[in-house]
Amino acid sequence: MCLAIPGQILSIEGDDPLTRTGKVSFGGIVKEVNLAYVPEAKVGDYVIVHVGFAISVVDEQEAQQVFEYLRQMDELGELQEQPA
Amino acid sequence: MRFIEEYRDAEAAQRFAEAIRKIVTREWTIMEVCGGQTHAIMKFGIDELLPPQVTLLHGPGCPVCVTPVELIDKAVELALRPEVIFCSFGDMLRVPGTRGDLLSAKAAGGDVRIVYSPMDALQLAIKNPDRQVVFFAVGFETTAPANAMAVYQAKRQGITNFSVLVSHVLVPPALEAILNSPRNRVQGFLAAGHVCTVMGYTEYEPIAQKYRVPIVVTGFEPLDILQGVYMCVKQLEEGRAEVENQYARSVRREGNRPAQELIREVFEVVPRKWRGIGEIPQSGLGLREPYWQFDAERRFPLRTGSVEEASECISGLILQGVKKPYECPAFGTRCTPEHPLGATMVSSEGACAAYFKYRREATPRAG
Ligand code: SF4
Repeated sequence: MCLAIPGQILSIEGDDPLTRTGKVSFGGIVKEVNLAYVPEAKVGDYVIVHVGFAISVVDEQEAQQVFEYLRQMDELGELQEQPA
Repeated sequence: MRFIEEYRDAEAAQRFAEAIRKIVTREWTIMEVCGGQTHAIMKFGIDELLPPQVTLLHGPGCPVCVTPVELIDKAVELALRPEVIFCSFGDMLRVPGTRGDLLSAKAAGGDVRIVYSPMDALQLAIKNPDRQVVFFAVGFETTAPANAMAVYQAKRQGITNFSVLVSHVLVPPALEAILNSPRNRVQGFLAAGHVCTVMGYTEYEPIAQKYRVPIVVTGFEPLDILQGVYMCVKQLEEGRAEVENQYARSVRREGNRPAQELIREVFEVVPRKWRGIGEIPQSGLGLREPYWQFDAERRFPLRTGSVEEASECISGLILQGVKKPYECPAFGTRCTPEHPLGATMVSSEGACAAYFKYRREATPRAG
């Protein structure tokens, strides 16, 4: 129910901030999405979309965080495994 | 798809599982709050990757599951009115009420339509001025901005044949209800990433402090959930109880301000009844007075009063993490997705349906 998926904004229409919409591509499937809640969103951005509304702009740097965390853990893990 | 596939990498998942095994020294019970996470855990077998010391309990975060029976009955009653076009998200259609579900109302001639967004229901109202369009506004905080916008636009555009049947619930009061229960087993939470995308996570900070539970805001892909579990176990092992944000690519501490503003414009916090759990104070949203004209319960005279729930179903205990689906005597026999007795078997995000789909054959893991 709270399913929300990331898609990329292809174009934006409308000036009224409350009815601003965009064409958003979800792996090639394009849907019209309400952009009222992401006033900062630009063409090319990825947005998280739930029931026709974008609820956030994906932070591309933070998106790497999981992999960065894994890398740091690995480094730590290697240290731990070294014989004392 | 970008921002999905990379978080399903099996090898990275193994490395997270390995890391959890390395730090865990004793038994911990963690609840994932959101039904979407429950579904992903079952689908990708994340629970089976975890060391036996870590138990995942499935929380109340499935709006379909916690919508009270009397609201389903009201929905059915509305759907059967000849002037009404009743619009709903698809997963509400098979939730059993006391007198059937929305699908049976449709079979009996009710005009029931599945919509993807509440704005589609509003469009239907504009296109059908001689009919009454009612939208079943269920959901958690994630869905509230969309539902608030539909009502706000209806008012702004002076649309008089649109109304909503509201069943909106809030996550933090439910977490407190679980933590206050004498049967509580939960030691840490994975909070729902999309709820927090809208609301932020400052509301969770006093809960983490007061109850000494770690709360990790977590996403929905396998690597998100595994990292969330890792962060939660790490806090538990170190004796910390903080709010941490695993899902920072979508969640900011303060949440989505414009969305919160519109929610506050249209809705106010009210007590709500949760199916299987009962009434929780200040745990839901209802329309504010300036928007009462769009409240379907005020617009239509409805007969339905409060009703007793079927006794055999233990979904209330499942939603609170007290029992697992296979502990229900009806599970997989008298209760299946084809013939659900309770809402946790109906919704694909309900714990019973997730177990039925992915774990019917598997015997419960010891411990
Ligand atoms: S298996 Fe069916 S009857 Fe048992 S708790 Fe789940 S939904 Fe209720």
